[in-house]
Amino acid sequence: MPNTLLEVKHLKKYFNTKAGLLHAVDDVSFSIAKGETLGLVGESGCGKSTIGRAILRLHEPTSGEVILDGTDVTKLNKQELRELRRKMQIVFQDPYSSLDGRKSVFESIGEPLVIQKVCKSKAEYEKRVYELMETVGLAERLVNAYPHELDGGRRQRVGIARALALNPSFLVLDEPVSALDVSIQAQVLNLMQKLQKDLGLTYLFISHNLSVVKHISDRIAVMYLGRMVEFSDCRALFKNPLHPYTKALLSAVPIPRLDVKQERILLEGDVPSPVNPAPGCRFASRCASCMEICREKQPELQEIEPGHFAACHLLND
Amino acid sequence: MNGDKLLEIKNLTVHYESFDATVHAVENLNLSLRHGETLGLVGETGAGKTTTVKSVMRILPDPPAKIVSGEILFDGQDLLKLSVKEMRKIRGKQISMIFQDPMTSLNPVMTVAEQIAEVIRLHEKCSKKDAHKKACDMLELVGIRPERGSDYPHQFSGGMKQRVVIAMALACNPRFLIADEPTTALDVTIQAQVLELMKRLKAQYQTAMIMITHDLGIVADICDYVAIMYAGEVVEYGTREHIFNHTGHPYTRGLFACIPDIFTDQNELEPINGLTPDPTQLPEGCRFHPRCPHATERCAKEHPENIELAPGHFVACHLANKGGNENA
Repeated sequence: MPNTLLEVKHLKKYFNTKAGLLHAVDDVSFSIAKGETLGLVGESGCGKSTIGRAILRLHEPTSGEVILDGTDVTKLNKQELRELRRKMQIVFQDPYSSLDGRKSVFESIGEPLVIQKVCKSKAEYEKRVYELMETVGLAERLVNAYPHELDGGRRQRVGIARALALNPSFLVLDEPVSALDVSIQAQVLNLMQKLQKDLGLTYLFISHNLSVVKHISDRIAVMYLGRMVEFSDCRALFKNPLHPYTKALLSAVPIPRLDVKQERILLEGDVPSPVNPAPGCRFASRCASCMEICREKQPELQEIEPGHFAACHLLND
Repeated sequence: MNGDKLLEIKNLTVHYESFDATVHAVENLNLSLRHGETLGLVGETGAGKTTTVKSVMRILPDPPAKIVSGEILFDGQDLLKLSVKEMRKIRGKQISMIFQDPMTSLNPVMTVAEQIAEVIRLHEKCSKKDAHKKACDMLELVGIRPERGSDYPHQFSGGMKQRVVIAMALACNPRFLIADEPTTALDVTIQAQVLELMKRLKAQYQTAMIMITHDLGIVADICDYVAIMYAGEVVEYGTREHIFNHTGHPYTRGLFACIPDIFTDQNELEPINGLTPDPTQLPEGCRFHPRCPHATERCAKEHPENIELAPGHFVACHLANKGGNENA
């Protein structure tokens, strides 16, 4: 693909647990073009956050490659990694716990600048912090405020300003609006879209909220239990979901409209444990159209329609 | 409205009082509910939804919470005048509550069947054995195999725990159920399962319900009536159809505009500007006026009264008759 900024190839992340090997992310590949937003959706425990963290090497990937702008992130040493961190940053889910309670807004936003030693003078440093505050819409008077004095929306703005401090080209947004009220959520979503346009950012947007993901993404990847089950252009996915899990997921979203009658596909049971998963399709235990082959052979992601990939045996014939 | 009201809240005012400030959590709130109906209580963090229902259950932490004035009539009886002992007989038997977070609302050192049997034994004269049997029946009702009754809460997943909590709440066939964001902590596919279950049980037992939620999608799915709360007050009340098809209050309209629509492509959302007011220093006049795009001078001075737009559809806005917009 031309203009590819990030390419993830066969990424695996396993965790050793008492119960056995936990397959958090199992052989996931995708790429993101410059200026694009890729939405990563799935339910708790499907590995979406782990992917985000593995890309930044906040978790060491078990195997696989992560290529950002031609550099394989997984092969860098500590020094090189620190330098690359200028290009990629993350915004965390919970603005209540991701900020240091003993640091003021000024210190929190300025911290990356200090660590990376990018400012030559104190004046430049201060100017940059104020500039960042303006970029994310934080009033100047809040510069000496501490996180406990701020509401969730403002805290998240601090989190975003921190992430933008070093002029990164790629941002992982890990459920950035999930902890916020709807009216504030809309404010923050608009801010992120504006920043993307103004600064030419590329986003990996992780969320469990399908309507939010649809709103902000160009393409969407659906995860289930460590595997990518569907990958497509945003519109095509909502118009014509192919994988049975995606279908159920889309039908389960409560729609705030009375003129739409939903045909709910109710899934039986819960997500199985990702520890030593059974062979075959991960979704087999809850799938209504499970066949014999589904329990034996893991389906691979295949291009069903141009640009629309799905991993399901039902679709190969 | 006719006389068969099950619950009627009249002029309820609740404050949280501390040394240096008073939080006006709920102010002059009026709500009513008939048998078998479901009322959705919608609003953002700090709107006073949970405080309202906790007053009904009489489980507000006192101090600091203080019910300053008001009546809560349940079947004609004022719950606020009952003694602690009398209230205990109603709680769990007539009125029960499902809490938001199933992970923390179960006792980790009791098996789930014991916990459900505890409610039954408290309210119904029956032997330990009968109570246990009934507890297992309740589990079956919510779709959990009765053998699992001897498991502890940590052995269940989030959705299963919420089912246990629902089973417990329904164990004594209450006439009135309060559900405080029962699915917020759950994944969407599990949420769909739990909502489906609640709808079925509601139809089966004709239980009246107050459903607290911030998700208008859930309201569209399950509620008959809706009350929109903002900064301690109900700003709009009506049937589901009133609220969705003839939205009257600018705040309600703002809430709808904030949600990304899954069917259409929008470039930008229209957020409500500003923040919910500090509940210790509420603005004069209409509490929403600092954030309202249509606010006039009058809104800053005068507190709006309820205006009945259509029979049963109340809106607390000076501009309600003009469609919420001075220029319209």
